[in-house]
Amino acid sequence: MIRLFGILAGLFFTVAVMWSFATGAFVAATEGLGEETAEHAFHEHPKDLHLASDGVFGKFDKAQLQRGYQVYKEVCSACHSMKFVAIRDLADLGYSEAQLKAEAATWQVPGIDPNTGEATMRPGLPTDYFPSPYPNAVAAAAANNNAIPPDLSLMAKARHDGAAYVYSLLTGYQEQPAELLKEFPGSKTPTGLHYNPYFPNLNLAMAPPLTSNGQVTYAEGNPEPTIDQMAQDVAAFLTWTAEPTLDKRKQTGWPVLGFLLFATILAFLAKKQVWSAVKPSRKD
Amino acid sequence: MSFPWASQYEPKNGLTKFLDEKLPLPRLVYGAIGAGYPVPRNLSYMWNFGVLAGFCLVLQIVTGVVLAMHYAPNALVAFGTTEHIMRDVNWGWMMRYAHANGASFFFIVVYLHIFRGFFYSSYKAPREMIWLLGVVIFLLMMATAFMGYVLPWGQMSFWGAKVITGLFGAIPVVGEPIQVWLLGGFAPDNAALNRFFSLHFLLPFVIAGVVILHIWALHIPGSSNPTGVEIKTEADTVPFHPYYTAKDGFGLGVFLLLYCAMLFFLPNYLGHPDNYIEANPLSTPAHIVPEWYFWPFYAILRAFTVDFFFIPAKLMGVLAMFAAILVWFFLPWLDKSPVRSGHYRPMFRKFFWFGLIPTMAVLFYCGGAPAEEPFVMLSQLATAYYFLHFLVILPLVSSIEKPEPLPYSITEAVLGSDKKAVLGENTTPAV
Amino acid sequence: MADTTGTATPETLASHGEDGVRRRDFINIAAVSFAGVGAVAVVLPLVSQMAPSADVLAESSTEIDVSSIEAGQAIKAVFRKQPLFVRRLTPAEIAEADSVAVSSLRDPETLAERTKEGHLDMLVTMGVCTHLGCVPLGAAEGENRGEFGGYFCPCHGSHYDTAARIRKGPAPANLVVPDYEFTSDTVIRVG
Repeated sequence: MIRLFGILAGLFFTVAVMWSFATGAFVAATEGLGEETAEHAFHEHPKDLHLASDGVFGKFDKAQLQRGYQVYKEVCSACHSMKFVAIRDLADLGYSEAQLKAEAATWQVPGIDPNTGEATMRPGLPTDYFPSPYPNAVAAAAANNNAIPPDLSLMAKARHDGAAYVYSLLTGYQEQPAELLKEFPGSKTPTGLHYNPYFPNLNLAMAPPLTSNGQVTYAEGNPEPTIDQMAQDVAAFLTWTAEPTLDKRKQTGWPVLGFLLFATILAFLAKKQVWSAVKPSRKD
Repeated sequence: MSFPWASQYEPKNGLTKFLDEKLPLPRLVYGAIGAGYPVPRNLSYMWNFGVLAGFCLVLQIVTGVVLAMHYAPNALVAFGTTEHIMRDVNWGWMMRYAHANGASFFFIVVYLHIFRGFFYSSYKAPREMIWLLGVVIFLLMMATAFMGYVLPWGQMSFWGAKVITGLFGAIPVVGEPIQVWLLGGFAPDNAALNRFFSLHFLLPFVIAGVVILHIWALHIPGSSNPTGVEIKTEADTVPFHPYYTAKDGFGLGVFLLLYCAMLFFLPNYLGHPDNYIEANPLSTPAHIVPEWYFWPFYAILRAFTVDFFFIPAKLMGVLAMFAAILVWFFLPWLDKSPVRSGHYRPMFRKFFWFGLIPTMAVLFYCGGAPAEEPFVMLSQLATAYYFLHFLVILPLVSSIEKPEPLPYSITEAVLGSDKKAVLGENTTPAV
Repeated sequence: MADTTGTATPETLASHGEDGVRRRDFINIAAVSFAGVGAVAVVLPLVSQMAPSADVLAESSTEIDVSSIEAGQAIKAVFRKQPLFVRRLTPAEIAEADSVAVSSLRDPETLAERTKEGHLDMLVTMGVCTHLGCVPLGAAEGENRGEFGGYFCPCHGSHYDTAARIRKGPAPANLVVPDYEFTSDTVIRVG
């Protein structure tokens, strides 16, 4: 009886889903599989980016992270917050305690006037988190043509291929290709937006932030601050902000795997030994 | 434990004698997973996954309790406390990655455990109850995992919660009130997050309870084995300890190697980047996908794209998704073949390897792919086969098929002999 | 790691006879010991995750500008999430504290020992009663300062004098002076 009901139920679901299939197939046969879009045809995957922190043995390049921090501070932070990163975290980049304190003081963070209780700005302390350039989301939207600049703390983890995406986006601004307009006349980049093939829908609200070589002045001994170099450095910096524990994670991983490998070999030998008495090998 | 040759626990010193009289816990352990539990001597490595699943449950409970010490289930700070765990808490990053990847590995292990059961018909008499409890565990795991994924309050958390609770909205008349009741609001927010946290903390302990029933039920008939022939004599068995503790120990080592490689070197591989963006009720991610372990069922849900007579497509999808798991409850009574093991069932074996396994592969793939062609059509075909396989093919095959000759006993299967068993003999109980 | 596998393959084990028996036992013991070591290693992070996290540790020192405190006044600051009393003593209060015979005290300390050199009037103490941890009164204007003109703990009636030393009541010790230093004439850094 159960089997009879089962067969009926099975046929019911099968017929129902094949009904959907037939309808879909009919539509596909008569109308095709939907139209090609400009986003689909012209979107490009991120360029190759090689960072010191790549790979299972990679470690952060502290000098590069410091340069990236400088780019963030002088360029990105005008619009983008980084609210999950504290100024004290910069100790990872090789700054001393005194340097951190001085660095913190260069940031203005929201505070409270101890006498009047009114909101004021005060110099930052190492324990403060990086301040947002806007007091709230409404202000951020109003100042940016309704496109709220995303928080950058986790950007390198919040996009596929995050660091390469950041690097490609920063260096990928270009004129809209003529072929695109020929193929998709309706897809002209709207005014106020900027064409960038690395952005999912090709048109980005952010104006090109890195516009000229030497926009940021690096300290002596560092590479030339070309647009490409600055983009790489800030991509490396955002890899660190997204996961400051990356180095520690890999450093912990190797001994753990080594230990487990050895323990597993021992366990295998022990298993062999335990079974050797009862298990004649059988091959067929 | 109905094996007369099972060795009995003997307390050796004063303390164990005292314990044995007052609370015979050592005796229970000895008989459950010690030398007092005779197990078929021919279990393959496919029988490792039960113990591994138990290990995963413990792993998830331990790391979960730790995370709960630092996490706050409040929509304003949930995402921030998750980042606090990742950045500031000592070893917090390891705990969270261990928990997130632990969930994935739990499902890998449990899927292998279930498909082992499908191939060797572990659901058949006298083991129906073990199977039913196992399906209950799987359902509880799905609920737990779903609610756990909501807790970091990222974009996928939020939109996953919205989409899945939205499924209840497909139920006619009462659907929408149920949805609002489940969420404690009109969209996922604080109320939903808090109750999900509460239930996510509770359910693992419920699972642990059902796992104990699952193991209890297992010890009534004893473990099945790759031949599907029941235990006949003591020679067919070895004591669980040390034979299978040693084998499971090695299996655990291999499991931990793979798991730790993932945890330390690819911790976000199985996750979704969008969940590192804080939940935003005003902006939907481009592709909402659940965690990978839900993909087959998500594919079935999305396969129903047009109304079927008076049944709306959405309701049909929801019905099919739940039916896809509920059908497992009926397997012991759908598959009536007297032979258990797929090794001796030529027709069943073909449908398993060339029907069910590719179907699951397609469903897994399409469930994670965007809802566009050809993935929708592929998942429709796979869904059709899925229901045909369990509800039509399995019952029919079991009456048509002529099984291959079975070994007389487990010992014979291990040692080799010319004597072959008569069909049906394997169904006689051991004692 | 890899070189150890060469010495103990199953083949060499099987052919070792009596010596092999011992080695086989050794393998079982080694395998179980390794499992034990692994389990202990896992306990370490599980224990250490409960210790103060990086953000808590970062707030373990506090800087306070004491220039605005008038003689006879005190402020309540927060140090490690606990109240900190910073009081500027009047000359009369200093004199009163110095007039007490130190040997007669329950917890003998002079005012000079409890303040920094050159800042005898700057009394920095935790606002935590040494009895059971209540916050004593006396730091804010108009609060009961007890029989000895310092602080008074209302929970069980401990009286502290102008140098915040215990004089009467159940508290066993003086209010704790935390580690601090003057980073300039007007700023102290506690912790």
